[in-house]
Amino acid sequence: MPSAETWKGLALPVVLIVAGEIAGRMANLTDIDSLAPPSSILLAFIEAVRDGSVLTTTRDTLFTAFTGLAIGGAVGLLIGILLGVLPAADRLMEVSIESIRPIPSIAILPIVLIALGFGYRLEIAIISFACMWPLLILTRAAVRGVEPRLMEVSRALRLSPAARVFKIVIPAALPRIFVAFRLAAGIALIVSVTVEIAINPLGLGHALMVAQQALRPDLMLAYLVWLGIVGWGLNALLLLAQNRLFGRAASVEDVR
Amino acid sequence: MTAAARPAPAQAARPMITFQNTSIELGGKVIVENLNFTVRQGEFVCIIGASGCGKTTALRLAAGLYQPSQGAVTFDGKPMQAPRRDIAIIFQDYGKALLPWRTASGNVSLALEAAGVPKGKRVARITELLDKVGLPDHGKYPAEMSGGMQQRLQIARCLAQDPVALLMDEPFGALDAMTRQGLQDEVLSLVAASGATVLFVTHDLEEAIYLGDRVIGLLAHPGRIGIEVKVDLPRPRDQLTTREHPEFLRLRRELFDFIKFAES
Repeated sequence: MPSAETWKGLALPVVLIVAGEIAGRMANLTDIDSLAPPSSILLAFIEAVRDGSVLTTTRDTLFTAFTGLAIGGAVGLLIGILLGVLPAADRLMEVSIESIRPIPSIAILPIVLIALGFGYRLEIAIISFACMWPLLILTRAAVRGVEPRLMEVSRALRLSPAARVFKIVIPAALPRIFVAFRLAAGIALIVSVTVEIAINPLGLGHALMVAQQALRPDLMLAYLVWLGIVGWGLNALLLLAQNRLFGRAASVEDVR
Repeated sequence: MTAAARPAPAQAARPMITFQNTSIELGGKVIVENLNFTVRQGEFVCIIGASGCGKTTALRLAAGLYQPSQGAVTFDGKPMQAPRRDIAIIFQDYGKALLPWRTASGNVSLALEAAGVPKGKRVARITELLDKVGLPDHGKYPAEMSGGMQQRLQIARCLAQDPVALLMDEPFGALDAMTRQGLQDEVLSLVAASGATVLFVTHDLEEAIYLGDRVIGLLAHPGRIGIEVKVDLPRPRDQLTTREHPEFLRLRRELFDFIKFAES
């Protein structure tokens, strides 16, 4: 049940939508290619849902985002754990990592385009690259931040290296790793839409560009609002999962 | 719970923990120098000293967590090169030494998993150990327990190792006086029942006399042995009568004077 505060928070958007509608009807918007009244946006959205284009494009965008997140995240997690556990490997890799990491992920697009051409693979490769870094950097930090006393306990009990990683290091670092995963999920969506807008002919970003070039501001804005909803839903889902999975661990961290 | 009787360790008992001219340097600083002492099988030896005198370092040397820069530390005749599963360490900061994401049972289980005890045999052993240390609620997480209960849990995990020797680093330092006395008696009876050898570090003189067969006092900078006294108090010990015993009071005075001298 939403509280009174939630309703208060809804007041401003509602007022803005109503004001937009009134202003849109009073002004002659047909001459302007970038704006449309909320009612036309809604109608354009319903139309796009009906003809299936919202479903297809959303599926394409989410598919590439999640696949890239899974691949890049797994690689980042693995390397992050490795570098966190083995300081020698970390020193060896430090210069390489710090010189590749600052490259904006979208800047590798031309190279990947030559290698892979247009399509899912292009987008997945770039998203993987972008998602690897937050997982790598934050996992490494989380692993290094594991309570030293726990590492001593594992030494005293003579846990095998594998048992040390799976029974001590990963569970101890997991709450922070999940925060990194949430961060990477946001990045995945941003990068996938960016690649679609820039060049790749699929997904929500591409649909947005097509609507713009067809001089359909109502449809373009409908996709924009839909992207906001998708991003919000994704984050809400991950937050819920985080609280479900790590409610206790998170509260323990707070107590410390 | 009263501390059960146990035979006084005969002088002929086998040496378990031996320090031979042991020195260690950490970060370019000599922390302990030329330590020479032996803890015999079944003996309860306490190390006291002001903070920073190297008593915890000595314990970590005995545990195999540190390696000496000079001299040797041996256990049962063999040099300590790494921690051993039959030597259990009880840390002062129980809150950090327990896994916060595991329940009481899960924390005890860790030691059994490390020792390769098959899954089917763990449950019975966990129940037995938790009951032994007086923790009836096996499903609780460490964060839901009091300090005393958390330390009991750590003791249960250490007992799961079936230790030949227990190394305790100020285990009751962070607990209130009543809880501390209760746990002192429980540790005495657990040790008496198992016959384990104990090296116990504390800054509390009375605790050292109350628990130990022998008390070693360290001088600081660098840590070295300044005094060694034998505690000839009858066992089982009792919080009231033992602490009123003339010998207890005499030892308390002797060690108190030593600490005052050590700090001057």
